Amino acid sequence: MVEVTLWGGLVPLADNQKTIAVEATTIRELLRKLEEKYPGLREPIKNQVAVAVDGVIYRNDWSQAIPDGAEVLLMRRLAGG
Amino acid sequence: MSSIAVSTTINGDDVEFLCRTDETLLDVLRNRLGLMGAKEGCGTGDCGACSTMMDGRLVCSCLVLGAETQGRSIETIEGMAQGSNLHPLQTKFLEHAALQCGICTPGFLIAAKALLDVNPDPTEEEIRFWLAGNLCRCTGYDKIVRAVLDAAREMRGEQA
Amino acid sequence: MSFDSTYREDDRKLVGTRPVRPDGVDKVTGRARYGADFNMPGQLVGRILRSPHAHARIVSINTAAAEAVKGVKAVLTAADLPDLTDGNQETYAILDNCMARAKAMYDGHAVAAVAAIDEASARKALKLIEIEYEVLPHVVDVDAATRLDAPVLNESIFTSGVEPAPEKPSNVAARSEFGHGDVDAGFAQADIIIERNYKTEQTHQGYIEPHACVANCNSDGTADLWVCTQGHFVFRQNCADLLGLDVSKLRVTSSEIGGGFGGKTHVWAEPVALALSRKAGRPVKLVMSREEVFRASGPTSATSIDVKIGARKDGKITAAQATLRYSNGPYPGPWAELGAMTSFACYDLENVRTIGFEVLVNRPKVAAYRAPSAPMAAFAVESAVDELAQEVGMDAVALRIMNAASEGSKSSYGPVYGPIGIGPTLEAAQTHPHLSAPLGKNQGRGMACGFWFNFGGQTCTDLNISADGTVTLAVGTVDVGGSRASLSLIAAEELGIPYEDIKAVVADTATLGYNDMTDGSRGTFSTSMATISAARNAKKTLCERAALSWDIPVEDVYWEDGHAKASGPKYGNLQPVSIKEIAAEAGNTGGPIAGHSELVADGAGVSFATHICDVEVDPETGATSVIRYTVIQDAGKAVHPAYVEGQYQGGAAQGIGWALNEEYVYGADGRLQNPGFLDYRIPVCSDLPMIDTQILEIPNPNHPYGVRGVGETSIVPPLAAVANAVSNAVGVRMSHVPVSPPRILAALNDKA
Repeated sequence: MVEVTLWGGLVPLADNQKTIAVEATTIRELLRKLEEKYPGLREPIKNQVAVAVDGVIYRNDWSQAIPDGAEVLLMRRLAGG
Repeated sequence: MSSIAVSTTINGDDVEFLCRTDETLLDVLRNRLGLMGAKEGCGTGDCGACSTMMDGRLVCSCLVLGAETQGRSIETIEGMAQGSNLHPLQTKFLEHAALQCGICTPGFLIAAKALLDVNPDPTEEEIRFWLAGNLCRCTGYDKIVRAVLDAAREMRGEQA
Repeated sequence: MSFDSTYREDDRKLVGTRPVRPDGVDKVTGRARYGADFNMPGQLVGRILRSPHAHARIVSINTAAAEAVKGVKAVLTAADLPDLTDGNQETYAILDNCMARAKAMYDGHAVAAVAAIDEASARKALKLIEIEYEVLPHVVDVDAATRLDAPVLNESIFTSGVEPAPEKPSNVAARSEFGHGDVDAGFAQADIIIERNYKTEQTHQGYIEPHACVANCNSDGTADLWVCTQGHFVFRQNCADLLGLDVSKLRVTSSEIGGGFGGKTHVWAEPVALALSRKAGRPVKLVMSREEVFRASGPTSATSIDVKIGARKDGKITAAQATLRYSNGPYPGPWAELGAMTSFACYDLENVRTIGFEVLVNRPKVAAYRAPSAPMAAFAVESAVDELAQEVGMDAVALRIMNAASEGSKSSYGPVYGPIGIGPTLEAAQTHPHLSAPLGKNQGRGMACGFWFNFGGQTCTDLNISADGTVTLAVGTVDVGGSRASLSLIAAEELGIPYEDIKAVVADTATLGYNDMTDGSRGTFSTSMATISAARNAKKTLCERAALSWDIPVEDVYWEDGHAKASGPKYGNLQPVSIKEIAAEAGNTGGPIAGHSELVADGAGVSFATHICDVEVDPETGATSVIRYTVIQDAGKAVHPAYVEGQYQGGAAQGIGWALNEEYVYGADGRLQNPGFLDYRIPVCSDLPMIDTQILEIPNPNHPYGVRGVGETSIVPPLAAVANAVSNAVGVRMSHVPVSPPRILAALNDKA
């Protein structure tokens, strides 16, 4: 069981929940379950999301495992210069 | 507007070209003669990326008319190396990593050579003020100045 | 394909040395080809007509007279670029910015374009395009645009991120919030509170090479684009989207690039060049003038930031808060949000809150500029922290060390930090001789910290071994600052062969798989990871070939020092066989030998730096000289130290220019007054001293060699380091950047 914290912009799309409990062992599984529960998240998850697992930000590697009890945040995908 | 025929010398070679009266030397070099080493960074003489030598004088080729080169001697970056032998400035720029994107490099090399032609032993301050007409956005100028100091030392025949 | 990207300590022979870069000779002889150095037979000259108004409705465009000009082959307006964006706001913004559709949103906004046989005909035609404008009231100031009586740029934008959703449209496009804890309770515990507004002005990346491309669009839907870009794959996607082209049929070749710094991660005129070519049936070369670059590419945001920090009298910060207003140009972007995320990232805070507001103004569309949005937020916060240190009576570095984030701190933007380098850079600063050097009259010293994210991204490399044993390394990340040298070092290190035997090239979109652009300090980090992976795959094949030739099991073969070796005493008579020997036999052992890698380089981590600056301010003129500057930053592992130093020095120089002189100046008519290098004054050689650098190497646990991204962080501290130095020199807090002579004189007058 993982507790995911959403960034502010996503909260209205998830029934105003800021923190959601999800059963998942990889980032891919986590995102799929979030989309299933809140279809409004589908669009941002597809294009704009990065996932921070215990402080490391992942923009692409959805196979990344989520250890039990890890701190998980959904963040906006950022651009550099 | 009709074209003018111009005869000049570029990097030691006799060159003839036609150009419009309002064409700059930079336009002529790049668009008519295939000498793309001089770059247009601003077109108004503010960046030095088009630096060229005309009769031994450092000029912005974007501020010189093509027609003005009649009977004169022009030196561009393409003439700096002797065959496959790089000029000491070129070698030192590479050794000191004095370039990152490299777009300003031809202009800096021409300008630095013009300095060493008149002052073979410049101080850091003299180098900085001489090169103040050449803009670089990548390096912060540190390694460029070091490269010029080192090239000047080598050209004077001194040991490292 | 599994690739283990974790850091392994090892004795490395080549990585960390300083050889000459492989593309160097071309660059010092003028042979290297940049965006404007390419020509196609039969090409036309493209030129763009731009709005002279800051805000105006386009009532009508009549191109008949322009089309009749001798030598003109095509005239283009928004009507030639149908909206294929299918509701995608971001793509629509790109489309509208390339060519205004209903309204001109800033002075310089493209409204029409011409392709003609020469420059003179093109300019003549531009003059004959008749446009009827209905001039509208404009607003260019970031704070003025938030007022209720400000002219609204887009009637369909209602501030997102506020509850309840507003009923009236506004120039405040979005609100974002980050933080944790209870700032009100935190401030109640504070003995000292610093509260101030800080402003920064709009600046431009200032690359010396203007945007340039040659576009060729054929009638069968195939197209070619030669362009200076930081991301040719991204450009390919953007152009294909806007023109309705098949992505695989558009081949984009990136020229050498004359500077980008984020400004060349976006398309500006390239889709227009392609559309002109499609209409004219001939290639079109389109080069922006310097004036167009300033007026119509992507400068950074102007900002207005309110900071409040509270601390106990022992220096421990109890609460920190920032409200950040960032100008976006005419279309909403993530700029204030990025600023809100990075503001307090250097610190370990129990109570912190940052709120960002994206503000629309009649200025060009904001683009990324090296650590986008971070320098401005750092200016505000680091100035406030400096003031706090003075109020508390503590040394500036010591106060930061007391409050610095470390492994286990909850960052102000959300995640908990793993191992990070802010502490080491501060400690290195504390013992650096710069801090104890004496200061003279009218001189002041300042220091500041900075933070930036580093990115990984999708990366492909191809490593091909020629029959003579030399190696071609094809990469897809554009080389902005010498990365081909670093990548060659890494390939040579992995294979155990000389650096000179590697030739690194940047491939085009048709010859290599997708690569994310060179931004986010990812160029060397991600491509080196893919290079290591490709090299390890090649070594596997090399060992297989040796095993085949020796007729022994492949498990008994290993690679070392550029040779395949048989392990175990029973193979005592088998001499090691070199890469050259194996490559020479390749035709008989299975064909050409290569290693490929397609991966996502993730886990790049974050990057910290501390800068120290000494200035001397002339009290009569307000002119400031930078007399000493030191950059301390963690690189993880400096693959080619000279190029890492170069990134530190270059970023610092840009930050110094931003702090002292660079700004977009607008007139009352909303027009940009200084679109040229004369009056948009970037640092010149005589403005700067030597810039000292100290590279710390705390290995990144997520990269085989420990490499971290380095390109951007060094632009983050300078605004505050310089402003703090100036403030200390003149005895007045400078809260508006650039601290140009008029601002310094005004501050001195106020003080007197």
